[in-house]
Amino acid sequence: MNYSPAPLHIPDGFLTIVVSLIFWLITIGMVSLAVSKTNRSLGEKQIPIMGVMAAFIFAAQMLNFPIAGGTSGHFLGGTLAAIVLGPWAGILVMTAVVGIQALLFQDGGLLVMGANIFNMGILTAVIGYGLYRMVLHQKRGIRLAVAGGGAWIATMAAALIASLQLWLSGTTRLEIVLPAMLGVHALIGLGEALITVAALAYIEQTRPDVLDLNNPAKEGGRGWIVAGVIISLLAVLISPLASGNPDGLEKVASDLGFLGSGLDAPFQLLPDYSIPFLGETALSTILAGAVGAIVLIGIIFLLGRNLRRQDNS
Amino acid sequence: MHVDIVDQYHFKNSWIHELDPRVKVLITVLFILSNAILPDGSWPAFALSWLLLLVVNDQSGLGLGFTLKRSVVALPFALVAVSALFSPHGSPLAVWDLGFITLIPTDFGLIRFVSILIRSWLSVQIAILLVATTQFPDLLHALEHLRLPRTLTTIIAFLFRYLFVLTNEVFRILRAREARSAGLPGVNGGGTLSWRIKTTGSMAGQLFLRSYERSDRIYQAMISRGYTGHIRTLNPHQMVRLDWFILVAAIFLLLIIQFVGWVR
Repeated sequence: MNYSPAPLHIPDGFLTIVVSLIFWLITIGMVSLAVSKTNRSLGEKQIPIMGVMAAFIFAAQMLNFPIAGGTSGHFLGGTLAAIVLGPWAGILVMTAVVGIQALLFQDGGLLVMGANIFNMGILTAVIGYGLYRMVLHQKRGIRLAVAGGGAWIATMAAALIASLQLWLSGTTRLEIVLPAMLGVHALIGLGEALITVAALAYIEQTRPDVLDLNNPAKEGGRGWIVAGVIISLLAVLISPLASGNPDGLEKVASDLGFLGSGLDAPFQLLPDYSIPFLGETALSTILAGAVGAIVLIGIIFLLGRNLRRQDNS
Repeated sequence: MHVDIVDQYHFKNSWIHELDPRVKVLITVLFILSNAILPDGSWPAFALSWLLLLVVNDQSGLGLGFTLKRSVVALPFALVAVSALFSPHGSPLAVWDLGFITLIPTDFGLIRFVSILIRSWLSVQIAILLVATTQFPDLLHALEHLRLPRTLTTIIAFLFRYLFVLTNEVFRILRAREARSAGLPGVNGGGTLSWRIKTTGSMAGQLFLRSYERSDRIYQAMISRGYTGHIRTLNPHQMVRLDWFILVAAIFLLLIIQFVGWVR
């Protein structure tokens, strides 16, 4: 099977526990929101369709095409899934794909799966769909161009966030890894963008009913536009800043008290209520308290939901 | 292509195969968690973790080196961690002048780099063991018991079921492309890069439509066979005494490993 691991799937051991947990929390929040949204807005029939679509994304990742010099571009699919299925369904589909890749093929870790789902599923859906939503009722050419641009930015943003996660975990030096990751993914993202556009154009030509542009159940609210635009602007602004001048980012971070050093990774879980890689500052203590509070709220929330469910049954 | 190529389950008659999948999932996650918490350079604790892995390998009847062979999948990513070598902390070990950049590996960086590799290598192996000793539907059922939303587990179940069907579809499409891409030896076949990308895009679109239409037919078929929204299983999945014992024993062993790692 010509299944090749993509450089975005972070394995276990490369992220520290604090970074993994933070991204798990964000991912769990977004995915449960997606579950409740899709349960409400889509019929029961949508679930098998989403399953087969997830298998499609997985299978489509095998379609690689030669670029030059032995490298080949291939397809991540997050943006296409979000545009065709709607943003919430897109997130669920990508969650399933990343989950299966980690479980079955050990492509990406289990403890860091939260971060992987965030990078490849949530970020791509928010950026790809958010930008596309902006031009949803425009002409075909504009829509396709924006879809392609969204796919490229989403890939770059995923690479950027993955580099930042690795850096915060003390696994890499930002000034080495960020330019490398962004450089590679500028190419991969180009392939992603072109395939997304070509696939969308093909689907629109042959089965316009599938895209179903006016289906309100699929259409995300205007909030997607805001989120998509803001996050892609952030990614566009941070990337050149960080890769052109990584010391700059590190300096900003340390000026803000954000890190004693990028490489003093947290060896302990919040020792003395300070986050190790943030150093001993007031901000660090506040952040540690916040993380603790979020974890607690999460546990209480889950417990409460379970208890209620048991009452019902 | 047959299911066997993608499915990682290895049929053996061992008590590890018989364990409740929930216990196996929990132990896997706890083991990975334990690796992540261990401090850098705690070699005895890493060695103990590996020993534990070897014992499970042996007991599952898969052979001592089973996971070792398959654990190379995580290797390419190690490249990313190489830059940890050049940590600004610790004392320098060497100076590599590459002309445009001078790299100074340090002892602190070396310990960090090796520790990251070991953690990742151990974690990948336990994950391999999990899927090698647990059938995928059982695994999904365990996840459902562990409170994963049913929407998600059903999507994953469908994904797993149709993966093979769609993979075959991909091979059919790729074969069609091959068959139409005749070329003379030594002459670069195919058109321009943009033409190639457009072709790949059409292939992706074609695959999408085939999957979409197929999912429609599948759904009709399932409805007519009494599908009510979730997949049922005959396996009762009840925790017996052995399951509880193994779970407690594993937690105890992991605590010992943590103790060894932290107290030096």
